[in-house]
Amino acid sequence: MSLLHVTIDGIPVDVEKGTTILQAAEKVGIQIPTLCYLKGLMPDGSCRICTVEIQSRGRSKMDTACSAHCSDGDVIFTESESVVKARRGILDMLLSNHPTNCFTCPSNGECKLQDLCYQYGVEKTSCPGEMTNLPVDDSNPFFTYDPKLCILCHRCVNTCHKIVGCGAIDTMERGFESVISPAFGMPWRESNCESCGNCTAVCPTGALTSKRKKTFRPWQIQKKVRTTCPHCAVGCQYDLLVKDNKVVAVEAADGPSNRNTLCVKGRYGSFDFVHSDRRLTDPLIKDRSTGEFRKASWDEALDLVATKFKAIKQEHGNGALAGFACSRSTNEDIYMLQKMVRTCFGNHNTDNCARV
Amino acid sequence: MIKICDNAALDLRRADARKALESYECRILVCAGTGCIASGSQVIADTMRELCKELPNVTVECSGHVPHIGVAQTGCQGLCELGPLVRIEPWHYQYVKVKPEDCAEIVEQSVLQGKPVERLFYRDQKDQLCPKPEDIPFLAKQTRIVLEHCGNIDAVSLDEYIAVGGYEALSKALFQMDPDQVVDEIDRSGLRGRGGGGFKAGTKWKQVAAHKDADVKYVVCNGDEGDPGAFMDGSVMEGDPYKLIEGMTLAGYAVGATEGYIYVRAEYPNSVARLHYAIAQAEEAGLLGDDILGSGVSFHLHVNRGAGAFVCGEGSALTASIEGNRGMPRTKPPRTVDQGLWERPTVLNNVETYANVPDIVLKGSDWFHTIGTENSPGTKTFSVTGSIANTGLIEVPMGTTLREIVYDIGGGIKGGGNFKAVQIGGPSGGCLTKEHLDVGLDFDSVKKYDAIVGSGGLVVMDEHTCMVEVARFFMSFTQRESCGKCSPCRIGTKRMLEILERIVAGKGTMEDLDKLEEIAKFVQKNSLCGLGKSAPLPVISTLKRFREEYKEHITIKKCAAHVCEALKLYKIDQEKCIGCTKCARNCPVDAITGSVKKPHAILVNKCIKCGTCLSGCPVGAVHIE
Amino acid sequence: MTNTIADVTHESDVILLVGSNPEEAHPVLGMQIRQALQRGAKLIVVDPRDIGLSKQATFHLKLKPGTNIAFINGLMHVILEEGLEDKDFIAQHTEGFEALRDMVADYTPERVAEICHVDAGELRAAARLYAKADKAPILYCLGVTEHSTGTEGVMSLANLALLVGKLGRPGCGVNPIRGQNNVQGACDMGASPTDFPGYQKVTDPEARAKFEKAWGVSLSDQPGMYATDCFPAMLEGKIRGLFIFGEDPMRTDPDTHHVQKALNSLDFLVVDELFLTETAKMADVVLPGISYAEKEGTFTNTERRIQRVRKAVTVPGNAKPDTWIFTEIMRRMGYDQPHLTPAQIMDEIASLTPSYGGVSHARLDSDEVAGQGLQWPCPTADHPGTPILHVGHCVRGKALFRPAAYTPSAELPDEEYPLIMMTGRILYHYNACAMTDKTPGIVELAGGSFIEVNDQDAAKLGITDGETVQVSSRRGVIETTARVSSKTSPGECWMPFHYMDGNCNWLTNAALDRIARAPEYKVCAVKIAKL
Repeated sequence: MSLLHVTIDGIPVDVEKGTTILQAAEKVGIQIPTLCYLKGLMPDGSCRICTVEIQSRGRSKMDTACSAHCSDGDVIFTESESVVKARRGILDMLLSNHPTNCFTCPSNGECKLQDLCYQYGVEKTSCPGEMTNLPVDDSNPFFTYDPKLCILCHRCVNTCHKIVGCGAIDTMERGFESVISPAFGMPWRESNCESCGNCTAVCPTGALTSKRKKTFRPWQIQKKVRTTCPHCAVGCQYDLLVKDNKVVAVEAADGPSNRNTLCVKGRYGSFDFVHSDRRLTDPLIKDRSTGEFRKASWDEALDLVATKFKAIKQEHGNGALAGFACSRSTNEDIYMLQKMVRTCFGNHNTDNCARV
Repeated sequence: MIKICDNAALDLRRADARKALESYECRILVCAGTGCIASGSQVIADTMRELCKELPNVTVECSGHVPHIGVAQTGCQGLCELGPLVRIEPWHYQYVKVKPEDCAEIVEQSVLQGKPVERLFYRDQKDQLCPKPEDIPFLAKQTRIVLEHCGNIDAVSLDEYIAVGGYEALSKALFQMDPDQVVDEIDRSGLRGRGGGGFKAGTKWKQVAAHKDADVKYVVCNGDEGDPGAFMDGSVMEGDPYKLIEGMTLAGYAVGATEGYIYVRAEYPNSVARLHYAIAQAEEAGLLGDDILGSGVSFHLHVNRGAGAFVCGEGSALTASIEGNRGMPRTKPPRTVDQGLWERPTVLNNVETYANVPDIVLKGSDWFHTIGTENSPGTKTFSVTGSIANTGLIEVPMGTTLREIVYDIGGGIKGGGNFKAVQIGGPSGGCLTKEHLDVGLDFDSVKKYDAIVGSGGLVVMDEHTCMVEVARFFMSFTQRESCGKCSPCRIGTKRMLEILERIVAGKGTMEDLDKLEEIAKFVQKNSLCGLGKSAPLPVISTLKRFREEYKEHITIKKCAAHVCEALKLYKIDQEKCIGCTKCARNCPVDAITGSVKKPHAILVNKCIKCGTCLSGCPVGAVHIE
Repeated sequence: MTNTIADVTHESDVILLVGSNPEEAHPVLGMQIRQALQRGAKLIVVDPRDIGLSKQATFHLKLKPGTNIAFINGLMHVILEEGLEDKDFIAQHTEGFEALRDMVADYTPERVAEICHVDAGELRAAARLYAKADKAPILYCLGVTEHSTGTEGVMSLANLALLVGKLGRPGCGVNPIRGQNNVQGACDMGASPTDFPGYQKVTDPEARAKFEKAWGVSLSDQPGMYATDCFPAMLEGKIRGLFIFGEDPMRTDPDTHHVQKALNSLDFLVVDELFLTETAKMADVVLPGISYAEKEGTFTNTERRIQRVRKAVTVPGNAKPDTWIFTEIMRRMGYDQPHLTPAQIMDEIASLTPSYGGVSHARLDSDEVAGQGLQWPCPTADHPGTPILHVGHCVRGKALFRPAAYTPSAELPDEEYPLIMMTGRILYHYNACAMTDKTPGIVELAGGSFIEVNDQDAAKLGITDGETVQVSSRRGVIETTARVSSKTSPGECWMPFHYMDGNCNWLTNAALDRIARAPEYKVCAVKIAKL
């Protein structure tokens, strides 16, 4: 197929038919701001922030970069005067229905609306008026929805429908009254929502917020550690967010089997146990007469184990010992366990919980 | 019903149907358009049936020499203002505003003796009697293609439709033309979409027909006529449903689609019921469904009811709604012709567009070009409402001037007032004023004046209309009906409405006016769909043509049309006041002062403009300034 | 899995889902199956219970628990009857076809319908849909394996895929969705009485020689004992000392009374754990290990993808890395095992395990792999890994049909215990909840045990939705909450296995699969009574 030649901010780029302006711009490293756009899905086109100016066949028009396809000879401007004016207008509108008490917003510092207002110098709205004043839905144990902070970009809805495939939420009501909600306005908790939280991960503002965020601010995260979810065998990739030597949250990564999605267990149920006060911190030895455990040093415990195992082996032969591995642990752990059984127990009585 | 297996059988059926129609010596046609039903035509039809049943000698066919009398419920005859309408054939008497108690006299005089009941004839502006429909200027000046049979045949009788030439076009297409020829004929005719955009139907059809490898294609009809005061499409669906069905079947044949959907707003129960009935009849007769007329061509038609969202008139919102999703427009591409309903190639036109198709196929594109203007051939239906003498449904050639519509057909301004403007194209259209009276209306000409033909709503306004209030009214409609998807329309229309509300309440500022204009242009430029882009048109066009009115509201708090409650200034004529104290006693906020038998006065600051004083004054001393 | 998750969900035209509820047990895979359905793929669900996906399925064959083999044989019967088999594939890539053909000849749809309680017409239609599809993967899970005939069930599925040539191609294959995060890795690593790492047989002298040389010891030439066989051996006094690493058989193994007795009969029990689990409570010595967030290492997911686990936080108290614990015990038992880092251990694994030969932590962390992991077999450091198995030809050369006849489950309902009980997983919890019950929100959403009872059965028993009931089997009695619905068929009920209170494993049967020795969790006979 012959390529189309377009120019974006003076940079020529050749693209295939059907390429959107956003994709073409990305190819040459030009960032066009987006709010509602979700890569890989049909453009929603609702926020209009990616509006660009297109000169095509002698005419100039404005269109959204996420949805408009390149046509041959297009000359595209992504930050022209009229583009900036349009974007400022959109931010002005959004801000007219968005509180600006950012200090107490959990998304302060990682809010795309805030970033864009900063970038385009929109300090406050020029057309104040009635603002959405609906109650916060606090029913889900893991996240809240605050309609006052919602800019109706539908990223959550599109994620829930087209990526998660659950369809728990949609836009309700019309026009200015529009709001994101489970069916019939029922509380989130009572709907068919699976609490996977993929919606909260894509929310550009503080409208859908993980309740975990109360315990940290984005800039307090000291490191993000890429790892593999320890629950089922899909092997989702995610980052553990660490603050003060504690995992405080999980962020989905673009792993080969999960592509930025997670389930409720992975996102919310995979790290509290690490810091549980019920964790074992010392070796324990049981007094067989009382049945009570007492704390012991490693040397005492390990010597006892080695001595006892050796004694059993001597008395009852090589077949009298066995060692079970945990199929939740790492390959390296399991390898060493079976090696222990084979080299020291002197048999092959090793297995894992694959069957149970 | 006997199945019509082939072309020859259709001809036979037509001959029979004509014979049956002609054998009626007298036909009573009672208008069953929504307007006439609202004013009581159902009772008239029932009464007529009852009266005719009881007539001696009018019983059964075997007494061949006695007159056969048929009472038919027809589609809209047009003159909704004058309903219920009754026409008596073959004498062609057109009775207006018929009451149940008139029925006996009609039967006595006209049905049995062929004599007119003069008191039920329409009288024109010059008080001349108009015994026949064509004598009535309202009807006389029209050219009817789409509405040709509306009011003249029994709306749900397939045989009557066949008798007046129905399905001739389909049989011609199926047996004398290949699908591409049908597409070409429509393309050459220059038929433009009657739903608002005026996009060429032939172009859409060509593009859908070009998708040769699609597993299924769809033909979808937009019958979601959501504009307040518009009833053109509803009139066709309930008055001549077979014409729409034939038009869609032709479209299906032409583009290779086997499935069709008619999306009708649920507020049109008559249309839904008659379409369901007509589809069943056509299927039974072998004119719809599998192997139509033995040609091997299949086309299935389904009726979908919309839930009353204005936005579902937008194509992608409409298809989303049929799919069972929330009716919200999406971005394009992909276009409907490539990925429409269920992501398949889809022809989407409105009712009136499809209703033009049979005549074009039958009579040819050259014939179609003889009507209307060069770039907008054919006719256009309008529903004319507002301050006009004759409200109702009209169909005129494209290019007819506003003056002809308002004065010749519409009979001028109601009560002899002065013409001020028309709102054309519905709530997202614009207004045309006196200076546009001689502009021929077609898709292109109207656009030049910040308005759209739209689907054809025409609201006529006289000098008692406040244009700021008009803009506020339409904005409150579009704001309420905005789907809420894109931010410019969702928030912009709300902010515009707030400003307009301030202005009509006398609280507007000149900065507000600038802001209003700025937001209007912003919404027009940046909205996602056509509805959003056109939502500010009423504001833009009224600001352009009636800016002074806005300014008066803001600067001197005056509403010249005396419409805006908040700006009404109640005054007591000191000469006329007799000091009876009635107004002071009735005033709920003690805003009237004055001693007994001395002229009273209203305290402007306290007055809440409730009008109690005005309606209660025994001598008419209170007036609005 | 023979294929990858992305391949199964993005390429397939028809998905044959057998005994698996991915929306709850493997939610992210479930999401991708839902995407596949939105894209237009068709779904055949074979499950005794209504799962979320059955609503979206073209066919849901709600078969009687324990009748998978008859069902699969029935599918193959229809395929052969209608000539839908891939004759070229069978000729070129398989052997033993005649035996299969003869065996399935008896499984007419009508007979299968009677055994499985499904509609013969639907069985035929499902067979056609699967066989005629260009790309159709079989996805299966514990509903196939957790039976006394589980291994034969898996073989039957493999027979089915071979019969229609849906192997070694994108969007096809036989794909077990493994239960736990690293159950694939645990098997790969040789935590098995019969196999060294990489499925090298302990009975193979060559393999044994290799490991003896590498480890510097002589190794037994006798296979060991399966874990599920160890419990009876403990009662017999054959096994006297046991080291359990991170398992909680007191919660997860069938017939808890039996497990309890077995563990009590041991001379010495050592448990390496994060928490004082029910099993750890029974130990003589409990050793505090560390969690995945505190260690370096790798997991191997269900698509054979080796991915990194990385240390995020430091260890609490005096807990120690598990490899340190094993090494110390080995050293104290007289084997000179040096302390190695996880990366060094992986190097040792790679040197001894051909399918992991090209795997190292350094490579997994490199730009080359770019966070995508490596899918085994990956024999050399420059091998890109193997997304799809059996491409071009089967791994063993020619694939062997292994026909299996249907035999009923070990314990069938009778007058005393009239209901079949199945067990399974719910969305919110993981296995014995050791991890998930530490998250308050999860406990809030799914706090307690329940049993799904068929509405007709419930009506007969006078049980209403939400009522506390007593459930008993030949092995035990528990109390739990009844959830009345038509999700299960009459005569069948279902319980999640996560909960401490009302743990269904007091009831389950320790009958084992003849070959793989997996317990028959999916079928046991119970009775339900009002309290």
